Amino acid sequence: MGYSTELKNHQNEQHKFRVRLVFLILMVLSAFSALLGRFYFLQVYRYDYYQTLAENNRISIVPITPNRGLISDRNGIILAHNFFVYTLEITPSKTDGLQDTIAELGALVEISASDLKRFKKLRAQSHTFESIPIRTHLNEYEAAKFAVNRFRFPGVELKSRLFRHYPYGTLGTHGIGYISRINENDLKQLKESNQLSNYKGTEHIGKAGVEQAYEEDLHGITGFQQVEIDADGRAVRVLSSASPTSGNNIVLSMDAKMQEIAEHEFAGRRGALVAIQPKTGEVLSMVSMPSFDANLFVDGIDFDNWNNLNNSPDKPLINRSLKGIYPPGSTFKPFVALAGLESGKRQPPFTISDPGYFTLPNSRHRYRDWKPSGHGAVDMRRAITVSCDTFFYGLAVELGIERLTDFVRHFGFGEKTNIDIQGELSGLLPTPAWKQRRYKQPWYMGETVIVGIGQGYTLVTPMQLAYATATLANNGKAIRPHLVNAIVNAKTNQVKMLPHIIADQLNLSAQNLDIVKLGMMDVTRPGGTAAAIGANAGYDIAAKTGTAQVVGIKQNEKYNEKLINERHRDHAWFIAYAPAEDPKIAVAVIVENGSHGGSTAGPIARKVMDYYLLGKVPVDPAAAQAAAAAEAAVVNAPEVEEEPHD
Amino acid sequence: MIRQWIGHFIRHIDSILLATVLMVLVVALMVLYSASGQSLLKVNAQLINIVVMLGVMFLVANTQPQHIERIALPAYLLGLALLIAVALVGDISHGARRWLNLGVTKIQPSELMKLAVPIMLSWYFSKRESMLRTADYIVAGVILLTPVLLIAKQPDLGTATLVFASGFYVIFLAGLSWKFILGSAVAFGAALPILWSMLHDYQRRRVEILIDPSQDPLGAGYHIIQATIAIGSGGTTGKGWLNGTQSQLDFVPERTTDFIFAVFAEEFGLVGCSLLLLLFTIIIGRAFIIASQAKSTFSRLLAGSIAATFFTYCFVNMGMVSGILPVVGIPLPLVSYGGTSLLTLGLSLGLLMSVQSHKRLVATD
Repeated sequence: MGYSTELKNHQNEQHKFRVRLVFLILMVLSAFSALLGRFYFLQVYRYDYYQTLAENNRISIVPITPNRGLISDRNGIILAHNFFVYTLEITPSKTDGLQDTIAELGALVEISASDLKRFKKLRAQSHTFESIPIRTHLNEYEAAKFAVNRFRFPGVELKSRLFRHYPYGTLGTHGIGYISRINENDLKQLKESNQLSNYKGTEHIGKAGVEQAYEEDLHGITGFQQVEIDADGRAVRVLSSASPTSGNNIVLSMDAKMQEIAEHEFAGRRGALVAIQPKTGEVLSMVSMPSFDANLFVDGIDFDNWNNLNNSPDKPLINRSLKGIYPPGSTFKPFVALAGLESGKRQPPFTISDPGYFTLPNSRHRYRDWKPSGHGAVDMRRAITVSCDTFFYGLAVELGIERLTDFVRHFGFGEKTNIDIQGELSGLLPTPAWKQRRYKQPWYMGETVIVGIGQGYTLVTPMQLAYATATLANNGKAIRPHLVNAIVNAKTNQVKMLPHIIADQLNLSAQNLDIVKLGMMDVTRPGGTAAAIGANAGYDIAAKTGTAQVVGIKQNEKYNEKLINERHRDHAWFIAYAPAEDPKIAVAVIVENGSHGGSTAGPIARKVMDYYLLGKVPVDPAAAQAAAAAEAAVVNAPEVEEEPHD
Repeated sequence: MIRQWIGHFIRHIDSILLATVLMVLVVALMVLYSASGQSLLKVNAQLINIVVMLGVMFLVANTQPQHIERIALPAYLLGLALLIAVALVGDISHGARRWLNLGVTKIQPSELMKLAVPIMLSWYFSKRESMLRTADYIVAGVILLTPVLLIAKQPDLGTATLVFASGFYVIFLAGLSWKFILGSAVAFGAALPILWSMLHDYQRRRVEILIDPSQDPLGAGYHIIQATIAIGSGGTTGKGWLNGTQSQLDFVPERTTDFIFAVFAEEFGLVGCSLLLLLFTIIIGRAFIIASQAKSTFSRLLAGSIAATFFTYCFVNMGMVSGILPVVGIPLPLVSYGGTSLLTLGLSLGLLMSVQSHKRLVATD
């Protein structure tokens, strides 16, 4: 190729390139002309308009907070609602000196140090033209006093804001949860999820339970008014507005009355109870005792209350039903039994003769039965009824740890139940692989032995055990537990039922299920470990008792030896479902340091089932007396708001 | 001897470009002083950024374009590897994965791609010169879209758009057929309703707010409403330096960075705006002249793309602040506060000067 052709090519290329350049230059010129036109429009044509806006300073955008959705129980009893409270708010840029204004206000209505602290904090986070509360919960007298003096306070306004209230106080707090002031962390999260502008004007956010998990539904959409304001910061004219959309109401699966009965039956003892509808996964009760008053948190809990709750050895703030992890003890046996039957390792008429202990081959170590003399001839059904340890020691060994855990995992052990609120723990289903990872040690046969009776490393939450019981009652069909039944649109009243999610579906042979279920029914009959619980019930109860050696709730705090000693007794477990033929409710109860399941945990479960299946409400002599006294007093009493009672 | 050395050094500097850029920088420092609430601290920090930028510019101006060509592929591949690393192990901040934590320092690889992509594409087309086929445009498309999609996925739509633009200008200048451009535009227009129907409600809402911020006056719209008032109330001659009430009273958000133009427009009015536009036009025009005089394909494609990309920054930023374009976080070149943007600009200006001063060398090569 000659030099001249290359040059020609080159020139040709350059020419084509220049044509393209000209096109880009035209693009630049037209775009910049458009900008110039826009500047002319804003700065010359519309100058007066913008000049006025800037002069009067100006436009203020006022958020209108939506009403937070209500929370009610399955029967429509309101568990969380809103009520109006007078607040005093200041728009700093509109006052004649902020310090003077606050000082003069303080002479009129009481402004505490913590009010001032909060005001300062909020002010740091707001624009100078936004109004910030300096005092909340004014009573009528204070409100009137300010209203008369209002002319003296430019930039200060009396507003009424909605506050959250939990009418039943401590009832079901761990499930319902609570809202509290938005903090730095919440702000960060809101910013990351692009929700910040929807929370302008909102002061509270769900911090626990359903209030937290369903925050998006409950909150609603913030409306706004674009207003022109005068020199005093008061709105003169509304330029445009959009009304807020109230948050959706939430209907729980919880039965408030049942919850109340259960909490009451704990009678001051520590523990947890979970009741589930086996066919739907609806959680009828979720009890964690002791509970606490959610109302304390709404406007920022004060120091003393917080200290009491946080440092109490009873750990009221911990939701034991989701976060308390305990060894399942003998309540684990029905599930091990099914594993034995389904794997073919134990088929009727397999029977052992129980000498009162079990030994591994080539070992002299005796794993003792709870009954030193032994249970004599025991088949599978009777092994459940009398809770025969020896029978399950042998079964666990023959199954092997891996087969055992693989099977019971289908009932939710060792995994989160994925209930619709946050914070649950997954418990623990130990395997050799886990032990190697955790302790760098091999698995010993002896450890398999005790897993057979739910001891050793095995840990469950009350929610998990209730879920497993419900799954068993439902013949192996596991429905994910949930606390919320429906979401109701506050405006249209349209009801959105939440679906029942099938989490796992085990194909169990009807024969095998029958053996386990009959064994569990015998538990509440004469000769069973909880015979008293079935007496005069009027319906059949399938149940299992259990005892968990104390490991306590996971505690990061300092360990208090004096208290621990008092609390050294075993925890009492009780699981049940009823009616045994057509289960409508499954319950798991733990009473911490309650010793034996049949005598402490069982009666609570019975009261709950009696209420649910027969509508029986237990009569408490003390409460009846109090009610009578209250009735007598009401004649002379002033009108009061509905008060929480327990 | 020193004089000779300096003479050698500034031989490669384009005086028109440098003079205009310096004028914009002086204005920028004045506006920054006003916008930062008369904080010398911020002005000093920006001065250091400017010194670094000018240093980088001088260095790059003294580098021959052939040397730049040599690093095209390694730089691009490095950028791509870093982007993939970000996607896998990047730090999340504000809900997006943009940063790569190197232990000592954090880097944002998408920033590197703003120049690595046009350099890579210019190099590719100069390699394929005189035997260009359709297949080459497809390869170029892949070179361009791979980093763009990775950045868009972070998600960082603003940067993705700019990287796309910088690469697209190269492909356009290399002679991408008009038929294809028109065809794609039509196809994209036709696909829009389908894309729209595939979005979730909340995604649609976000797009709507992006297009019309006044629908969200508490969030994104607040910025625009206040910025428009600032610009409009500036009038013909402006309220005067340090006298912009909207700006001084805290109404204009992000007023030292993305929205600094609102402060400028309020204080210097339409006259100031026109002059600033003129300065920008001179810079862009000079860059286009450099491109049209360049003798190698690589140089001319790169210079053309840099010129057009610079324009895009200016237009998108001023368009956004004055409310005719959606709000995307893009700084105003040379004016907004911030070191990263200035560093990239220093590199770009240096490249332009290198192309201009080495054109004879290339021609006789």
